[in-house]
Amino acid sequence: MIAPALLSPLLGTEALFDQGVGWFVLVVVVIKVLVAFAVLMGAVILMIWFERKLISDMQSRIGPNRAGPWGLLQTLADGIKLFFKEDLIPDQSDRFVFKLAPYLALLPALLIFTVVPVGGIIVISGHPIQLQVADPPIGILLVLAMSSIAVYGVMLAGWSSGSKYPLLGSVRASAQMISYEAALGLTVVAVVLITGSLSTRRIVISQSPNFWDWNFFRLGVVPFILFMIAITAELTRPPFDLTEADSELVGGFNTEYSSLRFALFYLAEFMNTITMSAIVVTLFLGGPDGPIPRFIPTSDVWMPILWFLIKTFAFLFIYVWLRAALPRLRYDQLMDLGWKRLIPFTLAWLLLVAAFVLSGWWGLGIALAVVAAGFLLTRAFAVGQGREDLDQAVLPPIGRRVLPPQLLRTPPTAGDVGPGPGSEGAS
Amino acid sequence: MSGILTAAVHPTIPDLITFIVAGLMVLAGAVGVILSRNPVHSALSLVLTLFGIAVLFIAQQAEFLAAVQVIVYAGAIVVLFLFVIMFLGVDKRENIESDPLRGQRPLAVVLMVVVLAAVIALGVNAHWATGVHHLVGRTGTPASNTARLGRSVFTTYLFAFEATAGLLVIAVVGAVVLARRPPESTGEADLEESEALGTGSDADGELGDGSAAALPEAAAAADESAEGMAPAGSEPA
Amino acid sequence: MSALAVVTAHSTIVLPHIRYLAILPEIVMLGGAVLLLGIASLVRRPLRVTVSTVGTIVIAGTSLGLALWQWADISSHGPYTAIDHAVVVDGFSVLITITVACAMILSALVGDGYLRREGVDGCEFHVLAMVSATGAMFMGEANDLIIVFLGLEIMSIALYVLAAMNHRRAASGEAALKYFVLGGFSSAVFIYGVALTYGATGTTNLTQIADFLSHNVIASNGVLLAGLSLLLVGFLFKVAAVPFHMWTPDVYQGAPSPVTGFMAAVAKAGGFAALLRVFVSSFGTLQSDWRPILYAVAVITLLFGAGVALVQRDVKRVLAYSSINHAGFVLLGVEAATAQGVSASLYYLFTYTFMTIGAFAVVTLLGRRGDGHHDIASYRGLAGRQPLLALAFAVLLLAQAGAPFTTGFLAKFQVVDASVNAGSVPLAVIAMVSAAIAAFFYLRIGLIMYTPVAGKGFLPGIEPLDDDEANAGPSGESETDGTGDAAPAELSAGNGQRPVWSGTEGAVVVRTQLNAELLLDTAPGEVQVLDPSEDIVEADAVDDETAAESAAEDTAKVPVPALAALAIGLCVAVTVVFGVIPAPLIDFAHKATLLFIP
Repeated sequence: MIAPALLSPLLGTEALFDQGVGWFVLVVVVIKVLVAFAVLMGAVILMIWFERKLISDMQSRIGPNRAGPWGLLQTLADGIKLFFKEDLIPDQSDRFVFKLAPYLALLPALLIFTVVPVGGIIVISGHPIQLQVADPPIGILLVLAMSSIAVYGVMLAGWSSGSKYPLLGSVRASAQMISYEAALGLTVVAVVLITGSLSTRRIVISQSPNFWDWNFFRLGVVPFILFMIAITAELTRPPFDLTEADSELVGGFNTEYSSLRFALFYLAEFMNTITMSAIVVTLFLGGPDGPIPRFIPTSDVWMPILWFLIKTFAFLFIYVWLRAALPRLRYDQLMDLGWKRLIPFTLAWLLLVAAFVLSGWWGLGIALAVVAAGFLLTRAFAVGQGREDLDQAVLPPIGRRVLPPQLLRTPPTAGDVGPGPGSEGAS
Repeated sequence: MSGILTAAVHPTIPDLITFIVAGLMVLAGAVGVILSRNPVHSALSLVLTLFGIAVLFIAQQAEFLAAVQVIVYAGAIVVLFLFVIMFLGVDKRENIESDPLRGQRPLAVVLMVVVLAAVIALGVNAHWATGVHHLVGRTGTPASNTARLGRSVFTTYLFAFEATAGLLVIAVVGAVVLARRPPESTGEADLEESEALGTGSDADGELGDGSAAALPEAAAAADESAEGMAPAGSEPA
Repeated sequence: MSALAVVTAHSTIVLPHIRYLAILPEIVMLGGAVLLLGIASLVRRPLRVTVSTVGTIVIAGTSLGLALWQWADISSHGPYTAIDHAVVVDGFSVLITITVACAMILSALVGDGYLRREGVDGCEFHVLAMVSATGAMFMGEANDLIIVFLGLEIMSIALYVLAAMNHRRAASGEAALKYFVLGGFSSAVFIYGVALTYGATGTTNLTQIADFLSHNVIASNGVLLAGLSLLLVGFLFKVAAVPFHMWTPDVYQGAPSPVTGFMAAVAKAGGFAALLRVFVSSFGTLQSDWRPILYAVAVITLLFGAGVALVQRDVKRVLAYSSINHAGFVLLGVEAATAQGVSASLYYLFTYTFMTIGAFAVVTLLGRRGDGHHDIASYRGLAGRQPLLALAFAVLLLAQAGAPFTTGFLAKFQVVDASVNAGSVPLAVIAMVSAAIAAFFYLRIGLIMYTPVAGKGFLPGIEPLDDDEANAGPSGESETDGTGDAAPAELSAGNGQRPVWSGTEGAVVVRTQLNAELLLDTAPGEVQVLDPSEDIVEADAVDDETAAESAAEDTAKVPVPALAALAIGLCVAVTVVFGVIPAPLIDFAHKATLLFIP
């Protein structure tokens, strides 16, 4: 019998642990982890195939069709090829960080999936088991934490390559991820506000039993749309895939990677797509919730899983669709969208949700306030745009500026700027 | 699952292992921050430290704090550090042979030893290092831990919570004010200005030979004043 | 949020009752700043300085009025805590609020002229200053260490930005960076202190800390003492007491002059307010632990500030060191840890606000366009050119020196009196000695202002050996000579001849020689050989031309905007009127003691 303090915050208050942690429970936990890992890996392989095939269909091409039936084994073949390729490490690279980065990219993707409830509760030999690797009380915060950690993999990969295109790609990527994380977090807050818990399981339970209890409807459709935009940017999926804009950056942050390390990045990218689809389903579409045909035996076990898979698959389809349909944004448009549109929108909607939770009158008042604030903000943005030209002429120079040539260094840094207040100038 | 107290008083083996591992993470990270010659490695060591602290928080059943620790510190602050390091291109190995303040390193070591000794002495001598032997209330189950935090934010610390809004406003306004540099005010103008300030005589910006000669001198004066205390700068040139 | 919802499922949260009057001055100040900012972002052109100034004065004036209302309220109903004991409204906090509001109004008046002169449009200065003032007010009425910290940060961050506000001054940027780095470090130390104190006492509320400490004896109070000393470090940094004063001269010199005045007044008021409340009321039972520390800090602060200011030739630096010296004096009141000490410190802070903002207002004007003319030489002959300005500056400096019939004297007298009554007689003696030292550099600036500009080689105490006026007068006479208008012609007659020491008194000679060696009173380039054996001449003949140019510019009159004149006039009036008629202000300060005094 072990009862470490760590267990409860991490694994949550699952009923499984109520009778203490024996070997059976341990085995169950280990099996859960292994199954989740295997399923995720398999899903990634299928997803890559699916994406290539679907894009081909949308572009009237055939796509992979040689390895296995309908080209299903294509990804596997690619993986084997990558595995046997030469492992290149650039000369200019920072070797330790270069090797570390792929794992930092993969790990968050794996960890996020642990809090996704994929089904209901099954009972094996008297032990109730949740179909979810872990249900920590801070569930959804873990998702946010991990998605903020995911930045490191990208950032360090680009930096450690010791080459300029990867660096540019990684700076773009990390700026993008940080920018959209705020909007992402704020939409999640709206969900948490109406649920009253951070636990993913509770979030799912609160959205049953009817489909109009889904947060998709309860919160008004807007947070869902905002969340989708934010999450797409967070994943650097098209149309927000500036980080690997081939025409500008060669291949983005992972240009210098090859062989297995490259495969890890590729894996992480698709794994992120899958887990984030699962998170969308959990937060807004009731997770495994759906009508269960009771007359079929054991349907209450596999039907929720099926519902979950169907919903997740729908989002995967949407991601591929977006990629096929939408052109890439320009960088400044991306930042404008993130900071000037998405964040105010999410904030406003959060206020509305909070007010309507309180009472209808509050909601009405806040709605008016939000509209007024929206007008003011629009006006302020317009004024700000116009003022950028004025700024050029705000400060006329004092005196003439003649510089001795030896002082003109590039780039001008703090060290260049003469004596400053430290000196008495007692010359 | 008992509260903090029992866990702290009677640590189980896994608790102990967790603590040791997390403690080593924290310490290794801290040492790495100051010993790495590359700023990026320093920043990464800092992440290690922050993670270790997050683990310690979890061991104390403060899982909300742990999550916030990761989101805010590792996810935002250190990322910004890295961002700045990469943008400014200071990610070169630092030359730490030249010491701008002579004798600061031995002094720092001495200071560190003193502080460490003080902390260890505090820990060893005091059976109960603090005056209160228990928290005001039990933390209860992990789920209500977050709830308690939320509750205290809206009751005991309501005013602090609201005042934080003022802090955020000023931080944003300040950042914008500092960042909105008019284009022509970079470099040259600054130099001329500081020149005028430094010597009090070159107001017209005619930086002839005299002021050019004065510059190194003034820089030396700046060095001096940085070295000791302010009066050094006021010595006769 | 989730936490809230979960809890509401079990029990509703009872929000603490908010007594709005308690925080109304702050709300007005902060809300006004945000409003001003909002307006500025909605109009096409940058906001005119006039609009910002008027807006700021109205907002700060409202805040001041509300503070007076608070005063009336607590006079009739007594002090109280509000919002779950997070803030306290007593005479102490109200007086700090009044002080800060006054500082804000005066700084807005001074800043108006400065911003026009430098061509800085927009409302950033005003918004930042108002938010900073809000932070100081928070510190004044905080009854919780967290609020103290938030106030400290709100005040400091705004000050960091204010110091760097004028983008065209590289010196400002450098000053701001130094201030920011050191300030950030000290804030970290402070919050560590808060954490340790919380660990030791189980609460951050000042009243509850006092309560806990008076009911419990902590067997080994190492953690508490560590927390206490870290808190002290944080405070002493903000008020620029000596081991933590390093930033002061550079920041005071580098920041735009009106900002410096504001910073000197507000940061000191806020810092000392919190220091007094935390230490005197919460840690009152630990007096025997912290009083010796403050004793030592006060001693070195007093002596260091006064001593180093003597050898400065930049007026802003002189005032910076003098502010360190003043901090030492206020520490006297803190160290006394009595009701008398608290009210004396408060009185000191209140009067210092006017003296320092007034002084920096004059410095702002004399800094001229570019705010770079702060060398003491450029003050030479000011009295001849602009007698009123010189007179005002002289009065403010004399008040800072502690001359009788000014509030400066009363302030110094009160803290020293409190210190003596608390039994720290040696400290009081040291304070008076430092006041005497400090008087020297204040008088020196005054003297230079009243010294005509043309007299080469003229130094106080030294008479040029003129053929006609070979009879040497006592050193004191030269001062009165200097003020006369006829002096320049006579003195320039001595040009080219070696001056000799006129006084035979050893001390005077030594002093003036020191003076001459440090080239304190002469503009660069117009140094006269005082002693043939010295070779300073070579060192200083470097840029004769530029020096001559600057000298020419230095002799020009500076324009005095009406609002700045109003501000200076107000400062002088308060300093003199309440110096001559001391009773009202002293009574005011006496009533303004802390709510919780052991």
